Amino acid sequence: MKSLEAKDVRFSYDDKLILNDLTVTIPKGKITVFIGGNGCGKSTLLRTMARLLKTEKGMILLDGEDISTRKTKDIAKQMSILPQGPSAPEGLSVEQLVKQGRYPHQSFLKQWSLEDEKMVSKALRATGMTEHALSAVDELSGGQRQRAWIAMTLAQGSDTLLLDEPTTYLDMSHQIDVLDLLYELNEKEQRTVVMVLHDMNLACRYAHHLVAMRNKTIYDAGAPDDIMTKKMVRDVFNMECMITNDPIFGSPMVIPHGKGRMADESSIRAKAK
Amino acid sequence: MKVANVFQQKKVTTFILLSLLLVMAFASSIIFGQTPISAEEAVRSFTSFDQNLTSHIVVRYDRLPRAVIGTVVGAGLAVSGTLMQAMTRNPMASPSIFGINNGAIFFIVVGMVFFSVSSLVSLMWLAFAGAALAALIVYILGSLGRDGLTPVKIVLAGAAISALFQSYTQGILVFDEAGLQDVLFWLAGSVSGRTLDMLIPVLPFIVTAMITALLMGRAINLLVTGDDIAKGMGQNILLIKAAMGAIVVVLAGSSVAIVGAVGFIGLVIPHIARFFAGTDYRWILPYSAILGAFLLVGADVAARLVIRPQEVPIGVMTAIIGGPFFIYIARRGLKSL
Amino acid sequence: MKPAITVRSSRFSFIFEKRTVIINLILFFLAVFACVIGPMLGHTLLSPYEVVTALFGNGSGANEFIVMQSRLPRTLLSLVAGAALGVSGMILQGIVRNPLAAPDIIGVTGGGAVAAVIFLTYGAGLSIQFLPLAAVTGSLLVAVLTYFLAWQRGITPIRLVLIGIGISAIMSAGTTFMIVVSSAVTASQAYLWLTGSVYGASWNDVGILVTVVFLTIPVTMVFSRSLNTQQLGNDTALGLGVRLQLDRLILLLFSVILAGSAVALVGAVGFVGLIAPHIARTLVGKTHGALTLASASSGALLLFGADLAARTLFYPVDIPAGVFTAGVGAPFFLYLLFRNRHHM
Repeated sequence: MKSLEAKDVRFSYDDKLILNDLTVTIPKGKITVFIGGNGCGKSTLLRTMARLLKTEKGMILLDGEDISTRKTKDIAKQMSILPQGPSAPEGLSVEQLVKQGRYPHQSFLKQWSLEDEKMVSKALRATGMTEHALSAVDELSGGQRQRAWIAMTLAQGSDTLLLDEPTTYLDMSHQIDVLDLLYELNEKEQRTVVMVLHDMNLACRYAHHLVAMRNKTIYDAGAPDDIMTKKMVRDVFNMECMITNDPIFGSPMVIPHGKGRMADESSIRAKAK
Repeated sequence: MKVANVFQQKKVTTFILLSLLLVMAFASSIIFGQTPISAEEAVRSFTSFDQNLTSHIVVRYDRLPRAVIGTVVGAGLAVSGTLMQAMTRNPMASPSIFGINNGAIFFIVVGMVFFSVSSLVSLMWLAFAGAALAALIVYILGSLGRDGLTPVKIVLAGAAISALFQSYTQGILVFDEAGLQDVLFWLAGSVSGRTLDMLIPVLPFIVTAMITALLMGRAINLLVTGDDIAKGMGQNILLIKAAMGAIVVVLAGSSVAIVGAVGFIGLVIPHIARFFAGTDYRWILPYSAILGAFLLVGADVAARLVIRPQEVPIGVMTAIIGGPFFIYIARRGLKSL
Repeated sequence: MKPAITVRSSRFSFIFEKRTVIINLILFFLAVFACVIGPMLGHTLLSPYEVVTALFGNGSGANEFIVMQSRLPRTLLSLVAGAALGVSGMILQGIVRNPLAAPDIIGVTGGGAVAAVIFLTYGAGLSIQFLPLAAVTGSLLVAVLTYFLAWQRGITPIRLVLIGIGISAIMSAGTTFMIVVSSAVTASQAYLWLTGSVYGASWNDVGILVTVVFLTIPVTMVFSRSLNTQQLGNDTALGLGVRLQLDRLILLLFSVILAGSAVALVGAVGFVGLIAPHIARTLVGKTHGALTLASASSGALLLFGADLAARTLFYPVDIPAGVFTAGVGAPFFLYLLFRNRHHM
């Protein structure tokens, strides 16, 4: 099943081509992760799919319909987006932020329906932010702040969730925390999750579907087990590596060659014992 | 790094070009005016000064002081504007946010109206005192509270104090319409009739402040990344901000004291400097200084020539020359702070 | 949840925070109260009873004349002009997300000022009645120019602010230039306009401005939710289904209409558009629905207070209200700043 699709999409900033006639399909009810080197266009692709940027050529299909012909409010009911490094005004409370997620469902006369109220408290619960509802967003820790923003997108009540580098600036445990939350949302409610991640190992662990990008277009797409190869890493990231299996999950794990402090053999042997 | 070198070279070349432009503006400021004076005559007025020649008198006692004051004040206003925008992290900030212009004007109006002060040198000291007092009040108000000096607080305190002083000034002027015309001209700023006597007493302060500012580029680079990061890197942000505040008061305060409220330079030159110099304050600050000096000296030359024999207020000329250029580069895409 | 009142039926649903409702009601009643206080004070002091009877047409002829022809229109004009400026400033600060934004940023004040000074200098043959028309034309032209210069595949707040700074600087240079080269009489007339005053308010002026304010403010409230989402950044607002460019254009238009018509009738009153929204924010918070009303009331009370002080404190001299907007508003604002010093 398709949920979101980009067809022959071209986009450029001023005169600089960023996306070159690329086509990609996002499977419904799965977690899809975009990976690729800096400047390969993965964030731009996510942003065009979220209609934050207008395509020059080609179109974005949401459930088979061209999004440029639809009302932006209607799209917002089906698809929500969490931009990279979002910032809330000073002093805005978590609850006030999450309430904003209801915007596409409201009108001047319907500002706070029962449905709105239910969805907001459900979103707060799902993200574990109920007890922080009255705290100011800018005073929370990085991980909690990201949870608050995800709660806002959940309150939007859409099936599809697009996130642009949701784990940037978070420490390891908060990264796992945010990804686990997204995993649960997908697992329990079959929401389609699309995100850009930098960490390939986390991408392999959480994604059902990986989209690797290089040079303004799609290099390869498929299940992590199928597409994560030495050749792919070399072509996409311009880096030599070794691929083994994640000892916990069995998903592919990339170990870059690079340089590093080489442990002497005796200490390795000592550890092995 | 080869790439970095190319960038540096480009910045150095542009800087030298701008400096040459400044020198040219300085020279035309001496040559052009009511009575055009030839370059040789201008040089002779320094090498073999003849006090019976009008042209020599004009060069030594009118043209040269204007050009020097224009250079110093232009550079001072631009650098203080750059510091102000960095400190408040607000592209709309300028030295006037510190209440500097309105504080100075208030003191001048009080001096003129209630104490009949009329000598330019005394007015200059009054203006300087007013600027410093206003800035001090704004700084203290902006620093109250748990988090110390924050961009929002200083900007709002500045806007309020600035408006308060302006309100007092307007109040006085309503009662004293005769003083209005003089003050209005002063408000628009002018470098004409200014003598080096006004500059020399404050020059040591200006030079010290300017050199300190140019040396602070690295510290400011760190500060604009945010208070927390700067603190984390071991920067004494209180000290840095206090030093920046003091430099702004000295540079902008003395400028407004000497030439009046020339508003445009402190607000707009920082943006133009960033357009040329990028995001590194070690470059932005010297660029600001050169560009500010160039604009003020150039505007002064133009101000003498457009509606001869009258002169256009210098503040008007800077905006008319710099404004369209600023709009052009704003459309090209300005660098954020 | 904060204490709130929810009103719901099948057709509509609203939520009001108790605190903001109470504060808005207090502000509103203060404005109504001002309609009685304003007419009481002046050369002949009137009692509240005398004012009220005059209002309903039962007072003595002299009192009725003072109240109905002079003090009441002046009071009302200061209130509605202040409200217009307050809301205009709030809209702009909301769109460009910069606490220093005020109606001058979109060229309203600058354009109005240039047009007014040109009119005073060259329009000698024309009746002074046409001054507001000249000013509002100037405001609109310059606002449109600013908008188009800032347009590049859409308007971004930062570009709008910077272009606005450039245009305002050129406009104020033009104004200063005109004043300097014009005669002393024109200069002092122009200076009066630049300061802003509500002298000689007529019922006609009041009628125009009341119409503008009462048409524009409710529609602004319809767009207040869009303004709320805009505070979360462009991308988030777009993701939530806000028609960002369209909403910005409409909101800017309201802002120009409000400030432009106020400035045309009372002159370039400074400070109200800048500070009223901040005062309102410290009172009712950052949600734009409640904030619109609070900004209107704060602006109204600010300009009313300034005019009251200006015409009574130095009696018989009648000082332009613009002189006192900061004199009255700044201390109060500084107090609020001090009270919130730990949270800014």
